Amino acid sequence: MNAPDQGMRMHWLRERGQHEVFCGLTGIMWLHRKMQDAFFLIVGSRTCAHLMQSAAGVMIFAEPRFATAIIEERDLAGLADAHEELDRVATALIERRPDIGLLFLVGSCPSEVIKLDLSRAAQRLDQRFAKRLRVLAYSGSGIETSFTQGEDACLAALVPQMPQAKPSDPPNLLVVGTLADVVEDQMRRHFKALGIVRVDFFPGRRGMDLAAVGPQTRVLLAQPFLGETLRLLQTRAAKHVPARFPLGVEGSLAWYEAAAQAFDVPKAHQQSVLLPLVDRARLALQKHRQTLRGKKVFFFPDSQLEPALARFLYQEMEMQLTEVGTPYLHAAIMQAELDALPADICMSEGQDVDRQLDRCMDASVDLAVCGLGLANPLEARGISTKWSIELVFTPIQGFEQASDLAGLFSRPLQRRELLS
Amino acid sequence: MKLAVWTYEGPPHVGAMRVATGMRSLHYVLHAPQGDTYADLLFTMIERRNQRPPVTYTTFQARDLGSDTAALFKRATQEAFDRFAPQAMIVGASCTGELIQDDPAGLALALQLPIPVIPLELPSYQKKENWGAAETFYQLVRHLVKARAQAKPQHVTEPAAESSAEYPAVSSARRPRCNLLGPTALGFRHRDDVKEISGLLNAIGIDVLTVAPLGADPQAISRLVEADFNVLMYPELGLQAAQWLQKNCAQPFTKEIPIGIKGTQRFIDEVAVLAGLDLDPSQIESLSAAARSGWYARSVDSNYLHGKRVFVFGDATHALAAARMASEEIGLQVVGIGTYSREWAREIRSLAERLGAVALISDDYLEVERAIDELQPELVLGTQMERHIAKRLRIPCAVISAPVHVQDYPSRYSPQMGFEGSNVLFDTWIHPLMMGLEEHLLAMFREDFEFHDGQSPSHLGTGATQPQSGSFSASQRQGLAENTVQIDLANGTVAERAIQQSANEPIWEVDAEQELKKIPFFVRGKARKNTELFARNQGLSRITIKTLYDAKAHFAR
Repeated sequence: MNAPDQGMRMHWLRERGQHEVFCGLTGIMWLHRKMQDAFFLIVGSRTCAHLMQSAAGVMIFAEPRFATAIIEERDLAGLADAHEELDRVATALIERRPDIGLLFLVGSCPSEVIKLDLSRAAQRLDQRFAKRLRVLAYSGSGIETSFTQGEDACLAALVPQMPQAKPSDPPNLLVVGTLADVVEDQMRRHFKALGIVRVDFFPGRRGMDLAAVGPQTRVLLAQPFLGETLRLLQTRAAKHVPARFPLGVEGSLAWYEAAAQAFDVPKAHQQSVLLPLVDRARLALQKHRQTLRGKKVFFFPDSQLEPALARFLYQEMEMQLTEVGTPYLHAAIMQAELDALPADICMSEGQDVDRQLDRCMDASVDLAVCGLGLANPLEARGISTKWSIELVFTPIQGFEQASDLAGLFSRPLQRRELLS
Repeated sequence: MKLAVWTYEGPPHVGAMRVATGMRSLHYVLHAPQGDTYADLLFTMIERRNQRPPVTYTTFQARDLGSDTAALFKRATQEAFDRFAPQAMIVGASCTGELIQDDPAGLALALQLPIPVIPLELPSYQKKENWGAAETFYQLVRHLVKARAQAKPQHVTEPAAESSAEYPAVSSARRPRCNLLGPTALGFRHRDDVKEISGLLNAIGIDVLTVAPLGADPQAISRLVEADFNVLMYPELGLQAAQWLQKNCAQPFTKEIPIGIKGTQRFIDEVAVLAGLDLDPSQIESLSAAARSGWYARSVDSNYLHGKRVFVFGDATHALAAARMASEEIGLQVVGIGTYSREWAREIRSLAERLGAVALISDDYLEVERAIDELQPELVLGTQMERHIAKRLRIPCAVISAPVHVQDYPSRYSPQMGFEGSNVLFDTWIHPLMMGLEEHLLAMFREDFEFHDGQSPSHLGTGATQPQSGSFSASQRQGLAENTVQIDLANGTVAERAIQQSANEPIWEVDAEQELKKIPFFVRGKARKNTELFARNQGLSRITIKTLYDAKAHFAR
């Protein structure tokens, strides 16, 4: 990574030991809830199926819109032609689920290692079922993606499917990154009030509801982990609007302002729309600040949201940052967030989980933001935890959710105090 | 390739993790890609363990594949040894690790660590979780016991050779002692079963030397041979190890599973023989007095349980035991019994035949769902999967086996085994059903205007939900649609729509449909299915009240 200026002033650790993070397949958990006509067929092993089931245990009530084509011994031994097998499984699935409008073949570690060409398979199936549905492929394998990068890979697979905007089309704003429907609706209202009328969200509620993209497209990232998607949109001549992420009041304000500026919304109008939202949201944050102020927080790497969350907790909740870990740092996307962080913290990229746990214990922190595997062991050692997976499942973006976001961090601390 | 929506078992390396996590001072180094660490949450979240599993993952990524993943494995192994200082290590690969063929065994041995390092070969593309756990435990036993296998412990009076027949002779100088084999981390109530069975054995005069793998360290594994015999609690997880110990160390093992009162009594009889104990019947009687489930099943309230149709599914151990207890001790009618443990297909089939039930050997969740829908049982005893199926089909359900969820680790003591276990099972199975007296009253008053199943309870006031005049049970079935009966609320008539897929699908007459509604809702689904089946077999296109009762008589034969 290219450390930005602010980043250079900080203490950076880059580690390559054991990574305690999910792989990119996990993104299917929220992507399939968002794109309601999409089905995700993982081509992988029993481990992949088990991961999805363990991480998504609560969603078992419905037949989910994801499944695993489990590779077996005969596929590996060449007794069966893997492509024929995949066609058979996919066809059976399509027959069973006539409601599917978009099928993703999702690559995994085993499919990558045996070099099963899923894009070729997707093309073939796409042609075969041309009248019924679309078939695309991406990789969510752990050897290539960690956790939220799965969404990046999925959206990157959709970018080439976006229609080309006509030169005569007026400028449009493309908000990129999965958001809860309620958040999306709020954002639409605020953009409309700002006078930005042509707003598209990517991904949409139906997989192939894709906005046209061209030189007049302005890309505003709602999630920080979408580097590859952004790069592909830029190759389609769309322009990136760099901004802080809409987490907390200040982040949301900066985010809307960046969009407004890109669309030449007059400053006075920006303020008349945004300031009442800011005031209301700040009010809601007060009680959480009382709980969080001065407390020490430690981030284990997980979602790439960490620098933005750290900025919120530092700036608005007045928490003390110790170490901010992130699985991967995309410097260009994170620049504005790093600029807002204090210089005396430790930033880490990658992980060596045992060493990091040692540092976490040494720093005697109050709150650790970490994955599910680490949470209870840390709780047992007296450290309150916030599961980072909740930060990608819960609506936390925008003014209206700022206090919900703060609540995710204040609740574990209040609870520990209550039960102590 | 095999299409899987949900799976009953994880990959075999998760089985190995269950052994390692259950044990102490054993460390597992797993050659696995980034992401496979998800398995930690099974233990820390589902089982609420307060420590991380003793597993080091190499978590290799694409960039490592180009360079040297073998060096990565060696480094991870050395660092794990330095940090955790275990008594022994197990090393192996997950599904992706297996594909890159780095030979974890050879690499680990090359490090020449001063402790036993046991390589695991767990073929991920053929085998599953329980097999992986059994194989891991077997390898541990084989490697750690090996050195002492020939040397029979000195406090046994007769030499091993003479006791190789049925069971070994036991020293009279001390109480007989046994090991408990099979319990692991993430097991279904293993923790409580161990406590219950240990207490039971102790009460009849047998000491428990070692419980393994759960709670044992590698040194304790190497001392397994010091026991007189083994209690095999969970054959899926411990059979290979028990067989090896029998063959090589002349340690016999138990075959009876102490689930249910009768199961527990058979188990006591079996261990008494193995331990050479002559048990006093009054002593057994006082122990079994703790089992209230026997009296509860005979009490008058339980009359309503008679012949209730139950579908049983789970791992083989729990499914077999539950089916026997349901049928022999509670008087339920087992209509289906199945398992995802293919290795025990024969035992399942033979019990099914004996009980006159359908046998199902499958690890395909959708197939199990079809079977339950088809059989329309009144109670499902299954795994977490069947709990969800039953929920969708509106059938009462209790969980009797893994796969587990966080709720299968209750904070209270609730064993499945032993006499207390039979109480737990009675309560757990019966509570989802209505209690007898309540059901009796419901049936008696079902024509009462305030008492039909569409009516909301009077204590909720009049503002509560109105009975839905239009909601025929038809609409509850299978997400409705095809041959539903549509109500025209405007003029109070029922208009039949025949959007049927097949022409010979019989249509319900209005009054027959009304009559069907008078049948209690918990058997209505079965009545509807049977009537339709009867009508189809008879070639009837319409179902009248007569058809309904003809069908009832037909199936009552």
